[in-house]
Amino acid sequence: MNTGLGDAADIIGILVSVIFVAAMLIWVERRLLAVWQDRLGPNRVGPFGLMQVVADMIKMFFKEDWIPPFADKPVFILAPTIVFITMLTGFAVVPFAPGVGIIDFNFGLLYFLALSSLSVYSIVLAGYASNNKYSLLGGIRAAAQTVSYEVFMGISVMGVVMLSGTFNLREIVEAQRDGWFIIPQFFGFIIFLIAVVAESRRTPLDLPEAEQELIAGFHTEYSGMKFGMFFVGEYLGITLSSAMIVTLFFGGWLGPWLPPLLWFCLKTAVGIMFFILLRGSLPRPRYDQLMAFGWTVLLPAALLNLLVTGGVVLSLQG
Amino acid sequence: MTLTLFYIASAVAVFATVMMITRLNAVHGLLYLILSLLAVGVLFFLLGAHFAAVLEVIIYAGAIMVLFVFVIMMLNQGQKTIEQERIWLQPGMWIGPSLLALILFVEMLVIVISGGSAETGHVVNAKQVGIALYGPYLLAVELASMLLLAGLVGAYHLAKPILKTTKTGERS
Repeated sequence: MNTGLGDAADIIGILVSVIFVAAMLIWVERRLLAVWQDRLGPNRVGPFGLMQVVADMIKMFFKEDWIPPFADKPVFILAPTIVFITMLTGFAVVPFAPGVGIIDFNFGLLYFLALSSLSVYSIVLAGYASNNKYSLLGGIRAAAQTVSYEVFMGISVMGVVMLSGTFNLREIVEAQRDGWFIIPQFFGFIIFLIAVVAESRRTPLDLPEAEQELIAGFHTEYSGMKFGMFFVGEYLGITLSSAMIVTLFFGGWLGPWLPPLLWFCLKTAVGIMFFILLRGSLPRPRYDQLMAFGWTVLLPAALLNLLVTGGVVLSLQG
Repeated sequence: MTLTLFYIASAVAVFATVMMITRLNAVHGLLYLILSLLAVGVLFFLLGAHFAAVLEVIIYAGAIMVLFVFVIMMLNQGQKTIEQERIWLQPGMWIGPSLLALILFVEMLVIVISGGSAETGHVVNAKQVGIALYGPYLLAVELASMLLLAGLVGAYHLAKPILKTTKTGERS
């Protein structure tokens, strides 16, 4: 549809840089957590420990890739690829900068919601296929948690859709020229943020893999590269979520002086660091608290936000 | 190009549906069903109904099917149910459904050969869908929402915690 979108250089460049960022996040997260906890973190391999990612990857490649005999083998192998593929395809609609991106899809926002809801299969199927009590509990928690939080995630961004009048992410960014949507949609932003953390199963809402109670939850039986896929898939999820938060509420590529692409990357990096800070600072709620909070607080709040936004938009139009 | 893609997606949908019916393991069957729904989503997209395509993925593949998988995981019966399915799915029981499906297939062939409904779709945007839903189809929307409300009330009633008397004698 647009010129400059979706040529081979764009696709390969975005794919490679996204995977690179996701892999580097392993190091970034460990270092940042260490700084916030008054430690040093991995600093031995290469300058500032930057090569730690390579060391981790080599370790993972050479580990034995063990499939337990009691597992449901085809599903067990399929599960880790789903999160990886859905998260990577999610980047297709992210508007990096004018002319940089893979497709200009009219329903970009819905496309993101669709893929983030598909990614839960990865966790659920892993939990089922492992045929292990802890994995099963993790999978069940993941299914309930994501299906619930998806609802508010969808409703909370409808305020943005009302203000901009479109589902197209590029047009949403353009609509924020006069002011970022975080100001008129502050409650929508808060709800979306919580829902995104729950969807990407990050601490504090990482109930499906809560180490202290479920060993490692859904990926207890996974080892080697299959475990690596879950790991990188989670970081891809964080990157995608931060990119979406920036696009929807923080004006995407808009900003003074610097080139648009750089603005987008900077804002996304801040978003990612916020995710890591959340992990370093907040305790995990109990599972029933999480579900009750979602349905009794977030759902009414999201609906109220939708109602008020709709009323204001209507009254402004006269 | 679009036509080729359309037929590939249709073939995937039909194949996945057949596999879904013939699987003995319930979760494997569900996986094929999800695949079939995704293929139908692609079909909608190719016909220009982008909104319906995305909603197909969000609602059917992304939400309803997760609940199906959830329930089957909760009831995790293992090998026992596979044996039971094998007993149920005797070759003889395929005759009836196959005949009925054959009738539909012949009807479809007749329609295709007589050249009906070969028009290509046009792109529908979200606004048109909304205007149609809250204009001419308002009554249907309201009826569907009432049905959903009834389901919600029913689910609440079934899941309501059993009333217990607390120490202070109050009912919680």
